[in-house]
Amino acid sequence: MQFGLNENQVILRDSAREFFTGECPMAFVRRTSESSTAHDPALWAKFAAQGYTGIIFDEAYGGVGLGVVELILLMEEAGRALVPGPLFSTVALAGPVLDACASPAQKQSYFPAIARGDACATLGFVEPKAGWDRADLRMTAKNGRLSGEKLFVPDAAVADVIVVVARDGVYVSDAKAPGVGITPMASMDQTRKLYAVSFRDVAAEKLDGGGLDRGLAIATTALAAEMVGGMQRTLDLAVDYAKTRKQFGKPIGSFQAVQHQCADMYLETESARSAAYYAALTLQEGAADASAAVSIAKLYASDAGRTVGNRGIQIHGGMGFTWENDLHLYYRRAKASETMLGDATFHREQLAKLVVDAVTESARSQEVRC
Amino acid sequence: MDLNLTSEEAQFRDELRAWLGTHVPRDWEHRRDESVQAHFAFLTAWQRTLYEGGWAGISWPREYGGRGASLMQQVIFWQEMASASAPPMANVIGLGMVGPTIIAFGTEAQKTRFLRKILSAEEIWCQGFSEPNAGSDLAALQSEARLDGTDFVVNGQKVWTSFGWAADWCELVVRTDPTVPKHRGLTVMLVDMKSPGIEVRPLRQMTGEAEFTEVFFRDVRVPVENVVGKVNQGWDVSIGTLMHERGTLGAGMQVTYQRNIERLIELSRTIQRGGRPASEDPVIRQRLAQCYAEVQIMRANQMRAFSRISTTGVPGPEGSIQKIFWSELNQRLQQIAQELLGPYGQLEGGDPHAVDHGAWSYGYLRARGNTIEAGTSEIQRNIIGHFVLGLPRSY
Repeated sequence: MQFGLNENQVILRDSAREFFTGECPMAFVRRTSESSTAHDPALWAKFAAQGYTGIIFDEAYGGVGLGVVELILLMEEAGRALVPGPLFSTVALAGPVLDACASPAQKQSYFPAIARGDACATLGFVEPKAGWDRADLRMTAKNGRLSGEKLFVPDAAVADVIVVVARDGVYVSDAKAPGVGITPMASMDQTRKLYAVSFRDVAAEKLDGGGLDRGLAIATTALAAEMVGGMQRTLDLAVDYAKTRKQFGKPIGSFQAVQHQCADMYLETESARSAAYYAALTLQEGAADASAAVSIAKLYASDAGRTVGNRGIQIHGGMGFTWENDLHLYYRRAKASETMLGDATFHREQLAKLVVDAVTESARSQEVRC
Repeated sequence: MDLNLTSEEAQFRDELRAWLGTHVPRDWEHRRDESVQAHFAFLTAWQRTLYEGGWAGISWPREYGGRGASLMQQVIFWQEMASASAPPMANVIGLGMVGPTIIAFGTEAQKTRFLRKILSAEEIWCQGFSEPNAGSDLAALQSEARLDGTDFVVNGQKVWTSFGWAADWCELVVRTDPTVPKHRGLTVMLVDMKSPGIEVRPLRQMTGEAEFTEVFFRDVRVPVENVVGKVNQGWDVSIGTLMHERGTLGAGMQVTYQRNIERLIELSRTIQRGGRPASEDPVIRQRLAQCYAEVQIMRANQMRAFSRISTTGVPGPEGSIQKIFWSELNQRLQQIAQELLGPYGQLEGGDPHAVDHGAWSYGYLRARGNTIEAGTSEIQRNIIGHFVLGLPRSY
């Protein structure tokens, strides 16, 4: 048992950090996010050359064949750099669901193009007047064709493939197929565009829905890790600012009211990281507590992502409230990620189903006078 | 990262699990009603049993009575103790702080003399750090020791000394040079609590019991060979002890919290709320799930810290997040227990309607001490701010 990163994992993390720092500085993030799709094809080609687009796919399908731990380390670094565009939706959302649900023939038709950087993918789940609870899904396929609407679909405008979670199973459709309508939603996070996707009698291929839980669990953990990266960057910015900004003749970081906020940001960031790493490990190894660990990672990251952002802005004072400062870009991403794949309240209820509803022998034997 | 046990770890776990299966005392948690002293005697006997079975000091060197196993096996030990609902060990200060300090800084003679008896609970330890005027500002302490021949002569007063009433020995930090800056003139020494001139007075706390003591030293003679590390370099030794305190205390706490949250979940199924079990109340479910999650995150934080320690060899200042986490989490856990139990939460042991022999009313009061003892939350945040994040000193 070892809870530290191994040598190859450290190399992957460090090289991803270096790569994103060089290729994706904040000026680039802002510029790219001002475009309608926040997608830069030249950068995407570099992701493919790095092996990022095929990181979890088997080598047989042109991928790199790495595991969940490596995926979340990559996403953590992407979150730290606030990488714009469809990296998360392709590699960490649609990717793991396809990987868990697709047959070898289906993988052969999707994965090599994604790994080469020639195709992007995304996933549609949420329907109008509903959230991330599968019980609220209404869309079903009729004769292998989909009709209905999915909301909050990330990066749909640049996707070639859309994975659709319907009431009666998991489907894949061509995003450019006739009958697919893609409309931007005006949302807070400029770096990851969201879309309403309507389906009007769209041909779709059915996948084996038995892998959906695992695919979504990996996506949820990857999102939690991406959020940790954003928290880390927010913490770093706040600490740097607290060291240099002076009031009353001293750096504001010498005042305990400020310093203790930084300490809390550190505690929340590290704890979110521990939870995400643990969840990734349980998924990697098929541990019995994986479902609980994933919900724990996402519920903690959802709350901590918000509070770390709150504290980061407060420490920056008026500067933190400006458009010019980068903090709000992270803050907006944190809010979007907080609700994606279920917010803290949702995952607390998921966890309650696992740990409160599970009736144990000891519970039955205990009598309480009360 | 790898959650799988190595074959050595698996063998260790299986052996331990089998041993615990036949040795863990039954129904020990119902012993709350007995006195602190009687309960302590029970925990001492339990530690002795563990020691004789070869299960005390998992990661301590073999030549001093430990098992010479890895830190990860130590973690497995805590997990197995938790799932077996085993009682904690009595010699908390000796196992968690004094022992690791002696292993890191002590002489060969000190290791041979003291370590084995810490593990067997034959000698119970306390820690003489805080003073009436030196709490968070520990280095301001005034107890002093002057060299007289081959002995130091100690005068002064310590306070908040846990287990002072049971202790055979004390890891004491005193001022040996008042002429230099405060951090430079301190020395750590091991003091026999039966030495003439030591007086221990119980300190009654808000729970009503006297877990802590005040210890007075009047011309107490301590042989120079009992100095740990070098004379006037006691600050480094003290910090080493405190870092162990922040890390290892948490490991034991996690075991307790896991048991407590599981117990609260059990209770929630039997307590009625609005005509149905509280476990079906959406608000209670949210509260229980949040607490359960935090108990698991506490363990994940600890596992990461242990992995780091097993590569660096020593706990670092980031251990302060463990201290903040366990202390504040326990306060939240106890608050949730109170919300769940409603009016029954206030009942103390002995009342026929009390839940779990009054454990929850006691726990609620006791938890207030958690964010004060072993370094206040404020000091831990200062440590993170300055030593981890590199912010300027705030004091």
